[in-house]
Amino acid sequence: MAVIPMEYGLLLAGILFSLGLIGLLVRRNIVFMLLSIEVMLNAAGLAFVVAGARWGAPDGQIMFMFILAMAAAEVAVGLALVLQMYRQFKSLDVDSASKMRG
Amino acid sequence: MFSLLWLIPTIPLASFIILVFLGARFPKNVTAIFGVGSVGLSALLTILLGLTFLTAPPAGHAYNQVLWTWIGVGNFSPAIGFHLDALSLLMMFVVTGVGFLIHLYSSEFMIDEEGYSRFFAYMNLFVSMMLLLVMGDNLLLLYMGWEGVGLCSYLLIGFWYKESANGRAARKAFVVTRVGDAAMALGLFLLFTQLGTLNIQEILSKASLQWVSGSKYAIAAAALLLGGAVGKSAQLPLQTWLPDAMAGPSPVSALIHAATMVTAGVYLIARTNVLFTLAPPVQTAVAIVGAATLLISGFSALAQRDIKRVLAYSTISQIGYMFLALGVGAYSAAMFHFMTHAFFKALLFLGAGAIIAAMHHEHDMFKMGGLKDKMPVVFWTFLAGSAALAAVPLISAGFYSKDMILWYAWSSKSGNVLLWLAGLIGAFITGVYTFRMVFVTFWGKTKSAVEKLPGIRIKIPLIVLGTLSIIGGFVETPETLGHFVPFSHFLHTALPEVNAFHLGIGTEALLQLIAAIASVGGIYLAYTLYIQKAIHTREAPRGAFATGINRFFFSGWGFDWLYDKAIVQPFLWIARINKDDIFDTIYTGIAWVSRWIHSLVRRTQDGKLRYYAVGIACGAIITIAIAVFL
Repeated sequence: MAVIPMEYGLLLAGILFSLGLIGLLVRRNIVFMLLSIEVMLNAAGLAFVVAGARWGAPDGQIMFMFILAMAAAEVAVGLALVLQMYRQFKSLDVDSASKMRG
Repeated sequence: MFSLLWLIPTIPLASFIILVFLGARFPKNVTAIFGVGSVGLSALLTILLGLTFLTAPPAGHAYNQVLWTWIGVGNFSPAIGFHLDALSLLMMFVVTGVGFLIHLYSSEFMIDEEGYSRFFAYMNLFVSMMLLLVMGDNLLLLYMGWEGVGLCSYLLIGFWYKESANGRAARKAFVVTRVGDAAMALGLFLLFTQLGTLNIQEILSKASLQWVSGSKYAIAAAALLLGGAVGKSAQLPLQTWLPDAMAGPSPVSALIHAATMVTAGVYLIARTNVLFTLAPPVQTAVAIVGAATLLISGFSALAQRDIKRVLAYSTISQIGYMFLALGVGAYSAAMFHFMTHAFFKALLFLGAGAIIAAMHHEHDMFKMGGLKDKMPVVFWTFLAGSAALAAVPLISAGFYSKDMILWYAWSSKSGNVLLWLAGLIGAFITGVYTFRMVFVTFWGKTKSAVEKLPGIRIKIPLIVLGTLSIIGGFVETPETLGHFVPFSHFLHTALPEVNAFHLGIGTEALLQLIAAIASVGGIYLAYTLYIQKAIHTREAPRGAFATGINRFFFSGWGFDWLYDKAIVQPFLWIARINKDDIFDTIYTGIAWVSRWIHSLVRRTQDGKLRYYAVGIACGAIITIAIAVFL
C-alpha cells in the first residue's frame, strides 16, 4: 500500500482550514458561517489523524473523537442560537444582530 | 441600699432599648407605661437613696460603685463607675424628678403625634445619658454622657423632621456644641497626660498637689473645660444654638433645654471646682462670661415675640447667673439656682406648651391674650413660675437663689461691684421680660379661641412644679431671713464653701432690698407698659432708633449674623474654591484618560460578528507566530 506522505495530508488540512476561515469571514449568512466552522473543525481533525498516522500513535484518532463530540455540541447550541436569531430579527444576516455595539 | 445605684441609669436605658426594638408594635398606653414608668422608677430609687444618704451618710459623704473596667490600655483604665455625693445626688434628684414630671406631661401632650414611641425612646435615652453624666466617677464616662445628651438633644430638636427648618436647627445645635466639646476633649487629653488619670476625685486631689495656683497647666485645663461648659450651657460666645433649639416639642425644651442638659456645664465646673480654683484667671473669665451672657440674652428676651424664644433667652440668662456664681466661687449658690431654675423653667416651658397647643400651634404671644380665665390652672402655675423667674421677693423660690448669687457676687473675695451690678440689671430686665410675657399672654382681649384644654396628666406636673417654684426656695434662706441653711450645709459635704468677706447683716439687708426693688421695679415697668398703656395693641409708628434697637435685640445681638459672615460664609467660600484644587486635577486626569481609552477601545465593539472573527484569526496567527519564531 502506497503511503501518502504526511506533508500532503497536512497541506490538505491547511487548505481546508483556510477555506473554512475564508468562508467564515466572507459569509454573512449565519448558517453558512456555522458550516465554515464545521469545515475548520474537520480540517483540524484531519491534521490530528495525519499526524497520528505518521507516528503510529492512537492519540490523533482519539483527539478526532473529541473534536467530533465537541462539534456536535457546538452545532446543537449554534442551531438553537440561529433559531432564536431568526425569531428575533426575521433574518439570518449576522450584521443585523449588532444592537449592542459600543 | 447604695448598691442599687447602678439601677438608676440602667432602668431608663432598658426602657429605651425595649422601645426602640418593640415600640412600633406597642399601643400608645403601653409605650407610655414604659416611657414614663421607667423614669418614675428611677426617680423613686433616687428619692430612697437620697433619704438613706441624708439619714445615714456613707463614710466621707461619698459612695463609689465601680461596676467594671471599661477600657484597660497600659495605665489608662477608666472604669464604668459611679460616684454618689451631695452634688451628684442633687443633680440626679432634679434629672429624675423633674424628668418624671415632664415624661408624665408628654404622655398626654404628645398623644396625637406620629412617632410617640420614638419620642419616649429618645427621652428615656436622654435621661439615662444625663444620669451617666452626673454620676460618672471619671471624666471619660462623664464625656460619654455629655455626648449622649448632645445626641438626644439633636434627635429631639429635629423630632418633627419633616420640616426642614427643624433639621437645620438640630444640626446647628449639634455643630455649635461640638465646638465646645472639642475643647473639652482636648482638656481631657491634657488632664490625662499631666495627671495620669481621668478619675475625677483623683484628678482633683492630684491637681492640688502637683499644680500651684495659676500654673499654666491648671489654666489650660480649666480653660478647655470651660470651653466645653460654654458650648453645652449656651453661654457667650456659643449661645446661638439654644433659641433655635426651640424647634423641638415643648417637653423637650423643658427637659433638655431648660432643666437638665444645658446646666451640664454648670455641673462640670462645680464638679471640677479645684481646677478652677487653681486657675484664677479662668475663674474670673467664668464670672465675666456669666455676667455678659445674662445681660445680652436678657436684652434679647425683651424683644422676642415667640413665647418659647423668650423662655430660651431667659434660660441662657439664668444659666449666666449660675456661671456668675461659679465664677465668684459660690458653688452652692450656683447649684441652688440650678435647682430652682429647673423647677420654674421646666414649669414655664410646660405651661407654654399647653398654651401653644390650645392656640392652634401659635407661638407668637402677641396673637394670644386674655387666657387668664380660659385656662386657670395653666395661668396660676405659669404665674408661679414667672414669679420665681422674676424673683418676686419672699414668696418665690427664684428670689432666694438669685439673691444668694447677687450677695456673693458682691461679698465674695473674687466678686466685685461690676459683677453685682450686672446681676442687678439682669434682675430688673428679667422682671420686665417675664411679666411682659405674662401680661401679653394672659391679660387683654382674647384674640383666638382656646382649642383644647389640658387634661389631668398635663395639670399634675404643672401643679407640682408650680408648688415647687414657690416653696423650693425655703431650703435655704439668707441670714436676714432666718438663716435656715440645710441646702448649702448639705452641698458643702461635696463642694467648697464660698470664700467671702464678712460684711455684716446690715449690708446684706440693704443689698437684698435693692435687688427686691430691681425685680419688682421690672415687673412694675412691664405692668405700666403692657397693661396700663397696652403699647403692644397700639399701632404707633416707632422711631428709626427704636426699630433698629428692637431688631438688634430680636436677632440676639446679631451673633448669628456675625458668625454667618465671619465663619460660615468664609468656610463655604473656601470649600467652593477648594473644590477644584491641585489634588483634584490628578483624579480628574485619571478619569479623563480612562474615558479617552474607552472611546478608542469602544470602536472595536462594532457589533459586526465577522470583524470579531477576523480579530480572533489575526490574534491566533500572531500568537502562533510568536510561539514559533521566538
